[in-house]
Amino acid sequence: MNSFLTSLRSRLRLYWQMTKSLQTGLLLVTGLAGYMSARCPVLNWTTLLQLTGSLFLAISGSTVVNMWYDRDIDARMKRTCSRPLPRQQIHPREALLLGLSMSVLGLLWAYALSRGYAAVVFAGFFFDVVVYTFWLKRRSAWSIVWGGVSGGMPVLAGRVLGLGSIDWVGVALSLAVLFWIPTHIMTFSMRFFEDYRQAGVPTFPQTYGFRATRLAIAVSSVLASLSMGVAFIGVGMTWGYLRLMAVFSAGLLLLAGYSLKHPSERMNFGLFKYASLFMLGSMLLMIFAAQSL
Amino acid sequence: MAKMTHVSRLLLLLTALLAAYQIVVGIDAFPTLAVVSFTVAFGILLLASLLLIILGYEILASASVLIASTLIPLGVSLGLIALYLPGYSVGYLVFSLLGLLAVFVTRTMTFKRVAVPVFAGVHGVSGLIIFGLPLWMSLSGRAPAGFLIAGLGGGLMGVGGLLLAFLKSGKPILSEKTILTVLPVLLFLMTLAYVIGFKMST
Repeated sequence: MNSFLTSLRSRLRLYWQMTKSLQTGLLLVTGLAGYMSARCPVLNWTTLLQLTGSLFLAISGSTVVNMWYDRDIDARMKRTCSRPLPRQQIHPREALLLGLSMSVLGLLWAYALSRGYAAVVFAGFFFDVVVYTFWLKRRSAWSIVWGGVSGGMPVLAGRVLGLGSIDWVGVALSLAVLFWIPTHIMTFSMRFFEDYRQAGVPTFPQTYGFRATRLAIAVSSVLASLSMGVAFIGVGMTWGYLRLMAVFSAGLLLLAGYSLKHPSERMNFGLFKYASLFMLGSMLLMIFAAQSL
Repeated sequence: MAKMTHVSRLLLLLTALLAAYQIVVGIDAFPTLAVVSFTVAFGILLLASLLLIILGYEILASASVLIASTLIPLGVSLGLIALYLPGYSVGYLVFSLLGLLAVFVTRTMTFKRVAVPVFAGVHGVSGLIIFGLPLWMSLSGRAPAGFLIAGLGGGLMGVGGLLLAFLKSGKPILSEKTILTVLPVLLFLMTLAYVIGFKMST
């Protein structure tokens, strides 16, 4: 009995590693923020828990399917070679079954909640797994745009669940995530430039050089900040929250500009970290602010 | 440069949260110039705390630190002037903008000989205001007694600025390790003093 429990625990730990808990968690927070921004009765805990459960399954399910498909790339990169699939701690068929089961369960749960919500969650799954991972990731540096589109779906899905339909605020929130994704991914692909090159994955720095990539990061930071600001105004945030949002955005723009003028590995890492903090902070701000409206 | 401890990280995170609170609710009822000035000052404090957590003490070596550390006392002092001595607002706004420009120019271009006097002058004036004005207003009864605590925050800001200036000049009065240990504590206490002081003054 004891050895069964130990084996189960180590299996679950491997499954957890394949869900990329931090990335899934951040996308989950955007979904919750989208839902709460609709000013629906957030104390409807049943819906809130169901949103959390269905989104978690759909997002982490698609992440596991991506890991299954990219296991050959992961094995060639120093950063990812210790993941469960390249280390053969999990059989590829088991990983695929896990990923598909979680995704289907998440999508069915979403459908049971609302058809519109399920359609957006499905769009996120489709763009992430089929368009980004299966089709474009190994072919074009521009694949991240489609990765961005899928990244913007959880916040839109949450908003659609709260409102019952797609509105311009939801689209603006989704665009904010879409424009934020290049800042996040391009800083990452500069940091692990050699890894991606060796694995044969085309990235912006490889295709267009570091300077053009930094410029793209600066432009996408401006667009992400603008979209987030527009969404905050659309939700009806008070001046206090708008001021704080402006400060968060100023931080992102200053770092992107500084990194363009004084490029360094350290500044690139700082921008990567701050971009994550910017998204998390903005979404938490949205959740807090929606309670005070 | 010294490695940051977990306690220092926690204090910087609390500083960022207090600054965020102050920006969202602590200055809402003030006139526009005061709101803008305090937002700039507490915004820079917030961003500086987050960047220190992310990048560590190494960012203190950057030339931009002196510009940022000038903006904080200038922003707070301009906000205080706009609140309590509105007649001097325009004059002090001009002084703040010229002072900031002078610090920027003397630090980034070849005016090294006047850089220290300019920096000391701008910080001296803004430091006197952020420390003295709350004391004066509280003691003269033009602001509630609790506003004295904001003056304490100003004093702590002055001490923090002095330590940073000595550290940057390469002739610290305390060891680098001691300054870097004390800095997060000072930033936290200073922000806390402002939050409490402003809360008690309204």
